[in-house]
Amino acid sequence: MTDTIRKDIRFVRRGAVVALGGFSPRRTLLDWLREEQRLTGTKEGCAEGDCGACTVVLGRLRQGQLVYEPVNACILLLGQIDGCELVTVDDLARDGALHPVQAAMVAHHGSQCGFCTPGIVMSLFALYQEGARPVTRAAICDALAGNLCRCTGYRPIIDAAFAACATEAADRFMAARQATLALLQGLADDAGEVMVSQGNSFFAIPRSEAALSKLALDHPGATLLAGGTDVGLWLTKGLMALEKIIWLGGIEGFAGVREEPGLIRIGAGTSHAEAHAALAALDPDLGEVMRRFGSAQVRASGTVGGNIANGSPIGDLVPCFIALGATLELRRGDTARRLPLEDFFLAYRKQDRLPSEFVTAVHVPRLVAGQVFRAYKVSKRFDEDISAVMGAFRFSLAGSTITEARIAFGGMAGTPKRALLSEAALAGISLADEAGWDAALDALARDYQPLTDQRATSAYRSMVARNLLLKALTELAGADTEVTRLIAHRGALEAAQ
Amino acid sequence: MNRTVPPASLVRPIPGSPAEPLRHVHQPLPHDSAARHVQGSAAYIDDLLEPEGTLHLACGLSPVARGRITHLGLDAVRAYPGVVAVFTAADVPGRNDVSPSIGGDPMLADGEVLFHGQVLFAVAATSRDAARRAARLAEIAIEAEKPAISVDDAEITGETVLPDYAFERGDIEAVLAASPRTLQGRFRIGGQEHFYLEGQAAMAVPREDGELLVHSSTQHPTEVQHVVARVLGLPDAFITCEVRRMGGGFGGKESQATQWAAIAALAAHRLKRPCKIRLDRDDDFATTGKRHDFRCDYRVGFDADGVIQAYDVDYLARCGYSADLSQGVVDRAMFHSDSSYWLPVTRINTRRLRTNTVSNTAFRGFGGPQGMLMAERMIDEIAWATGRDPLDVRYANLYRPGADVTPYGQTVTELGTMHALIRQLEETSDYRARRAGIAAFNAGSRVIKRGLALTPVKFGISFTLKQLNQAGALVHVYQDGSIQLNHGGTEMGQGLHQKVAQVVAEAFGVDIARVRITATTTDKVPNTGPTAASSGTDLNARAALNAAETIKARLAEHAAMLWGCTAAEVQFRDDRVHAAGQSIGFGELALKAHLDRVPLSATGFYATPGITWDRPAKTGSPFLYFSFGAASAEVEIDTLTGENRVRRVDILHDVGRSLNPAIDIGQIEGGFVQGMGWLTTEELVFDAKGKLLTHAPATYKIPVASDVPADFRVALYPNANRADVVHASKAVGEPPVMLANAVFSALADAVHALNPAVPVPLDAPATPEAILRACEAVQGRAMGGER
Repeated sequence: MTDTIRKDIRFVRRGAVVALGGFSPRRTLLDWLREEQRLTGTKEGCAEGDCGACTVVLGRLRQGQLVYEPVNACILLLGQIDGCELVTVDDLARDGALHPVQAAMVAHHGSQCGFCTPGIVMSLFALYQEGARPVTRAAICDALAGNLCRCTGYRPIIDAAFAACATEAADRFMAARQATLALLQGLADDAGEVMVSQGNSFFAIPRSEAALSKLALDHPGATLLAGGTDVGLWLTKGLMALEKIIWLGGIEGFAGVREEPGLIRIGAGTSHAEAHAALAALDPDLGEVMRRFGSAQVRASGTVGGNIANGSPIGDLVPCFIALGATLELRRGDTARRLPLEDFFLAYRKQDRLPSEFVTAVHVPRLVAGQVFRAYKVSKRFDEDISAVMGAFRFSLAGSTITEARIAFGGMAGTPKRALLSEAALAGISLADEAGWDAALDALARDYQPLTDQRATSAYRSMVARNLLLKALTELAGADTEVTRLIAHRGALEAAQ
Repeated sequence: MNRTVPPASLVRPIPGSPAEPLRHVHQPLPHDSAARHVQGSAAYIDDLLEPEGTLHLACGLSPVARGRITHLGLDAVRAYPGVVAVFTAADVPGRNDVSPSIGGDPMLADGEVLFHGQVLFAVAATSRDAARRAARLAEIAIEAEKPAISVDDAEITGETVLPDYAFERGDIEAVLAASPRTLQGRFRIGGQEHFYLEGQAAMAVPREDGELLVHSSTQHPTEVQHVVARVLGLPDAFITCEVRRMGGGFGGKESQATQWAAIAALAAHRLKRPCKIRLDRDDDFATTGKRHDFRCDYRVGFDADGVIQAYDVDYLARCGYSADLSQGVVDRAMFHSDSSYWLPVTRINTRRLRTNTVSNTAFRGFGGPQGMLMAERMIDEIAWATGRDPLDVRYANLYRPGADVTPYGQTVTELGTMHALIRQLEETSDYRARRAGIAAFNAGSRVIKRGLALTPVKFGISFTLKQLNQAGALVHVYQDGSIQLNHGGTEMGQGLHQKVAQVVAEAFGVDIARVRITATTTDKVPNTGPTAASSGTDLNARAALNAAETIKARLAEHAAMLWGCTAAEVQFRDDRVHAAGQSIGFGELALKAHLDRVPLSATGFYATPGITWDRPAKTGSPFLYFSFGAASAEVEIDTLTGENRVRRVDILHDVGRSLNPAIDIGQIEGGFVQGMGWLTTEELVFDAKGKLLTHAPATYKIPVASDVPADFRVALYPNANRADVVHASKAVGEPPVMLANAVFSALADAVHALNPAVPVPLDAPATPEAILRACEAVQGRAMGGER
């Protein structure tokens, strides 16, 4: 690391390194593309990361490899492309020859109004680059979950994806992989602290936890930005005048999953995409929660630490982690501390985090013999939707007796919250004694008094929470998930692992 | 089921018997802009190069649903860096009303606030960001009054935007009283946000002497032209409106693109600078109208076989704060109250209720979906009451010879098509065997229940407002033989321009590459109707064909003169012109004709014949013809959570002789999926104060890829339009939305499996919550806590 602080970010574009400084810390990648670069191929559909019309692809270094990932440019801040290769829809065709993904979209009549199309092309470009062959329908739908199309009904787009991905990737981006990798490696090797300033405002990229600690202490009012899938909306929708932004995406060793005895340690900066496989390995249901978490774009940007630190009352991962008995690791200055994850959430959007303190990791215990995990996400739409109710359960069994239950729900209170009364009612009951379940089911009504909002009514949430516990117990008692679930049958999930 | 390529049947040209082979018409050619779409080089309003000095606009919106503005403090707005001007109602030089119909749509609020999100003022600034930030700095004081938000609220206030209107046939009370069986019910149908991917946008560019060029993402450039002129107090001739393409419309840009174009025009007119407005998605949700939600109160009398004797229905439509297009929308619900069924005695009454919400507007189907869904619900209720298979009850009530007159007096033609199409789908979807299989599955499955339904579609084609059934075109042939095609229809993704280009290329017998599609603009083709009512191709292709035929006749005469033959002998094919053993390239002939002073430009006009509907008298025929279709859907539900999944869909649809099977299949699949979203995941939730809570895609959920079943079988029904429509094709834009009624009926069928003894109180949309509520209800439990 160099001692000097750079005043610009550096990224790779069209085969060359670009240095860029002097921008507002609040500048989004999309606005920079459209308004400054006049590259209008990338569209704004919603400015909140839900429609995917603005999808661009970032080539990133992951464990020494080049990985192409789709991201929503509307809520990605310009500074966050530091160290990446930026690929936009304008870059795919060359000399009038369409990229295979583009050609397939034309051949299969995959566009109608065409406004979502650039984003869809870029999501499929990422799939084309990274997707396993032979490509499956499930993989295609997952790749497209973050791209809304209002015209086609998706069938021709899915057909185009099958056609484009029928063979291994062989485009000029593949041909240039080594060269691109070398450029990105060069940027990584020479990555210094970055501070892009404009008056009192700045976009800072610390490279170490120590540097982050110091920055955070020096600027207690600064916004700590991880993936930006929430902070981005503070800007595009809330129009918040954030002056000082410290991005956590450049910190050495801040991302990554480490296997430790009895648990996995997930670095706060680990993206959901990076964490996916390790979480799926903990339990298939957790893998399914990750599959449905946001979209490919959101998972490539959002981080596990950010998901926890921002204190969503739903959080999806958080109830799962709480049920698994996770602990949270925080740091302020040189002081680190750990606490049970559930204790971090004090009230609606109020967390046990001091000014200048930041999440460094979450420790998630593995299941041990006799433990069974279940997680269910219930939302209006299966993919890319915020849960109405998210239920997670860890049962410890001795024979057919439940010795301990840890139950956590999202969407049922102002924070992700354990069902302590229901847990107590379950302790010691036999799975064979279905009547004995009732006390635990009834107790949930005392554990939670959920709100009515646009996603669901209180009554629905209460009934679903009860029914999810019933479903979990039914499965625990031996029912095959083929008969208890519409999707995510555990047999199929395990086979896919 | 994984499918790597579409079945050949999907894109095969429809067999027909034209006199000679057609090279372009009936071919599955790609959308004209497809290659530009995929490269991001197809330009939408916000992509156009901005003229120097372009300002950006943002609007200040009302935080209250109803009341009087007592103070609008704009000093802080004006003082915000970058702000150039702020406009309020007082700045409007002409009439401050953007209504497409009877008035009542203030462009900028004037004293009175009518809904949450109403535009109070507009800010022009040097950047969009500055305009948006400044717009939030206003001091707004509104003396709030109690708003009417829901249909039920408005029923109490009794306020309507238009008078009630009814069709009546026979003595409804007497026949109901005499019917062997009767039932009654109340069915609620939710609205729908268009969610065009490109939000509302416009850019107005001043020209000399007060003239303006307005780029607008609109389905109705003529109306934008006229309304802008009205707002500015200028003659129509001062204003030109142009649109190359929209990023989706679906009816949402038929009347409601106008306000934004007018605001941009006002600012450009006052400031003499180009002004652009592009709504943020949340503002688009908050300010623009949606599909009307309906409450349907109905009674039906029927016999032991489920044959309808009498049907009485009251539609209470939430129109929002103004009339907008609600007359036509609700009328079309009435015109489709019959779905495909003979209603010997009927009373169809409608109320157009005024609420303090956005003014509901056109949305693909234009009321038809609500009318038809209610009819399908009625059939399902009869089936549950009689214990018959719902499909058999449908057959028992289908229009048939001698029982083929609609409640509005038009006779249904093509009964053979209707019956044969449904029968064919019953067979190809293996309905009966799957019905038995599902019953067996449900008997052995406690948590998961499956359902199946097959529902028909009959949709009347033509605008029910007679004057809209006209179109114009302007075709130029240049000296090099290239052809410029202009017509009054707008492109919103439906492939209209491509279809019209195919028709014109066919007429000239030229390579389609010769035909240059251009932006729709009011200075080339004036006085057009909106591109709506599924009629874009029927009208504009015919107008363009007429223009092409005019030029072609002149060219033929010229060739005949050159070659000493008759014009009738001259043939246009293979990019050449042939007669009397001679042949010349199309371009060469064009040049020769030009040198001989033959005009190579022509207008074309078309007015749909046979439209005789007289609304006050309730007589005549509103439609030129009907489009038919049918869909079968199989679903499954989780009775513990209400989650649901569509397992398989079979569609057979009638587009006459398809002008472009690929585009038509796209309309069918896309329309179906859009309808499926309307009936399942798409839920509009307003709070008690009238604020829309589902105001963005994070909270308003349209279908995504995984919601579409892998087993999705779509076929075109081989048919030819009997009506005089271009190349025997039929309209396709709207009818497929109603194919999704099968999904809703199938979901109700799945709930019904829990307890076949009782009807299923399922309202639309069938969200997981609505389904779980219905599951509880049929099991004699109440979930409670309804919104």
